Amino acid sequence: MQAATSAVRYEDAVIRKFAVMTVVWGIVGMLVGVWLAAELLWPQLNMDIPWLTYSRLRPLHTNAVIFAFGGSALFASSYWCVQRTCRAALFLPKLAAFTFWGWMLVIVAAAITLPLGITQGKEYAELEWPIDILIAIVWVAFAVVFFGTIAKRTVAHIYVANWFFGAFILAVALLHIVNSAAIPVSLWKSYSAYSGATDAMVQWWYGHNAVGFFLTAGFLGMMYYFVPKQVGRPIYSYRLSIVHFWALIAVYMWAGPHHLHYTALPDWVQSLGMVFSLILLAPSWGGMINGIMTLSGAWHKLREDPILKFLIVSLSFYGMSTFEGPMMSIKTVNALSHYTDWGIGHVHSGALGWVAMISIGSMYALIPRAFGLPQMYSIKAINLHFWMSTVGTVLYITAMWSAGLMQGLMWRATEADGTLTYSFIESLKATYPFYAVRLLGGLMFFSGMLVMAWNVWRTLVPRTTPAALPVGAHA
Amino acid sequence: MNSPAHLSAFWSDFIIVITVLMMVGCLALLFANSRGVVGESSDHVWDDDLRENNNPLPRWWFNLFVLTILFAAGYLALYPGLGNLPGRLGWSSTQQMHATLDSITAKRRAAFAALAGKDVASLSTDPAALSLGRAVFIGNCAGCHGADARGALGFPDLSDQDWLFGGAPEQIVASITHGREAQMPAFNGILSADALQALLDFVPYWSDAKLSPAKRSTGLQQFQQTCAACHGADGHGNQALGAPNLSDDIWLFGGSRERVRETILFGRHAQMPAHETILAPDEIRVVAAYVYSLSHTATTAAAGAQPPVPSAP
Repeated sequence: MQAATSAVRYEDAVIRKFAVMTVVWGIVGMLVGVWLAAELLWPQLNMDIPWLTYSRLRPLHTNAVIFAFGGSALFASSYWCVQRTCRAALFLPKLAAFTFWGWMLVIVAAAITLPLGITQGKEYAELEWPIDILIAIVWVAFAVVFFGTIAKRTVAHIYVANWFFGAFILAVALLHIVNSAAIPVSLWKSYSAYSGATDAMVQWWYGHNAVGFFLTAGFLGMMYYFVPKQVGRPIYSYRLSIVHFWALIAVYMWAGPHHLHYTALPDWVQSLGMVFSLILLAPSWGGMINGIMTLSGAWHKLREDPILKFLIVSLSFYGMSTFEGPMMSIKTVNALSHYTDWGIGHVHSGALGWVAMISIGSMYALIPRAFGLPQMYSIKAINLHFWMSTVGTVLYITAMWSAGLMQGLMWRATEADGTLTYSFIESLKATYPFYAVRLLGGLMFFSGMLVMAWNVWRTLVPRTTPAALPVGAHA
Repeated sequence: MNSPAHLSAFWSDFIIVITVLMMVGCLALLFANSRGVVGESSDHVWDDDLRENNNPLPRWWFNLFVLTILFAAGYLALYPGLGNLPGRLGWSSTQQMHATLDSITAKRRAAFAALAGKDVASLSTDPAALSLGRAVFIGNCAGCHGADARGALGFPDLSDQDWLFGGAPEQIVASITHGREAQMPAFNGILSADALQALLDFVPYWSDAKLSPAKRSTGLQQFQQTCAACHGADGHGNQALGAPNLSDDIWLFGGSRERVRETILFGRHAQMPAHETILAPDEIRVVAAYVYSLSHTATTAAAGAQPPVPSAP
């Protein structure tokens, strides 16, 4: 085994780039989020500049945190994991380098076109057709590098993390290409290839599977590598991996219609979306159980290792969100929760609690190793970051849950004569205090990222200085 | 009632088959992996130290999975979902919507029936009518006039005593039914610089007692030539035209010197849309009563002793 280790030279340059950019895009994306939260409290903050209006910054925030921050973390961790668990260097390392520069170009193009108001108007798929083509090319290159590395592996079994990374890469290619099909009318304007309820269904088939494959399967891959590595114990159950993997990727594809309850979508589609969202509960929890139970017999490590805290708490938020999701897909619950801030709360319990915290934990484990260092500069700072993230997430989601419940109840309240009790504007006024708490939570989470940036900086920058020491010693 | 959109027989069967296959497939996957021994380990090793145990599926998790599939089977038996099969309850969202709407309509009919034949003035003291009126207001008027009816720049305050087109019940009903439109012409290029100066030194400060008598008299002189035809010699406005009273401190388009200058030079155009095709006559009567009550109950209570309260500019 040791001989094999020394024989393989892993391609880590691209991983180092993606890992550092994960921190950078995390800060950028979350800063835009904090700004938006502040705009909801103080609308004047758009300063009457069209590029800074809520409507244009909102897709910039979602694209930046999902595709720039989350995407960079997924590229870094999948390239790291696939090489090490296959005992093989990346297939076509130059193509891997292309995926980095190509992906960065996509992000910069998004950061320019979205504030300019150039958009396809499809949630999480706003980017116009030229950028969509670039995404497709980069993604196919990603697939070639990843599956090429799997193909040249020197280990018989394919590790479970790679199943999830592989499913994530294949499904996102399929989703992106089908949903982005459009007819261009000019360089920066196109119309969807679908119309009406079909267009809505294709969009939410994409939208929910973006959650299922980009934000769930991909990050489960990350979890399956970094949790057992960090704990130093075996994954709980191979059998559970098999069942929850196949069930998860099969059932997720059916869940999209729950975004379109009580719309023009035919009733039968809505019912299928609802029942398969409920069936999705157990397969989703399979990943949480496998991750958390890996800790059994080593619970004390949670006290000492803040990286492990990030990983395990993220799994708890994952379990919470994937319980909440099926509940919200029940039509009668959805009638109350849909279109309210409850949805925003649900998304952020997944996005902050699960996606961001598993990424942050994994990057704290990966960054020093990718740069050949023993550990991060400050473990205390990781601990501080952990608490800022956790408290920030809890403030954020409890504020939005409360706001959403209140809005849902106010919107449906009727008088004895059948008229509405409240105007929309009254529900908006009542939401203000919750917006303030949300801003506070978001600000805490964002500030945590600044702590991380400082820590990463201190970890990486002194690497050049120790060389000066021996010179002084000789003199 | 709408008939539900039907799939062709092929697609309906296709949906039924793949749905059942998915659910049976999940069960098969579960039961095929339902055995195992606690503490069992696989001999796989990756990356030096990544290992896997092969513990059995947690029983509660197994049961939860089966339970959700059974629930789905039951739900699809009762509700539409399997292609064109309607479900045993015969439920459809269209039917549910119509049933809800019918019950609300019936409640509203009953509520309005109780108010039949009453005039706006008497409705304005009837709590049941005011509750209905407020709901109509919130749904149709609050967007421009505000939920509190205090208006906004360009949209009049309906809670004060200052009326552009008259505040009598029949005038309010007319405003709502047929809408209103008013125009202030632009004087850019028509007024000399001196004339404009004279008006700007006076009009914004009309109600200000501290304004110098010289400015007041020069301004008033110019006012007679330029503005009095619509706004009246005394500046009290003209409700037939919707020309606002300029001698008080209530300003539809802002009372600052800069805003008044803009109004004089470039004119203003304001429109209240007609609601005769949007609201039923009964709804117009109750919302008129609600609007009437906003300014009226206060005055009746104070027996007209108080002067109109100037609103903030």
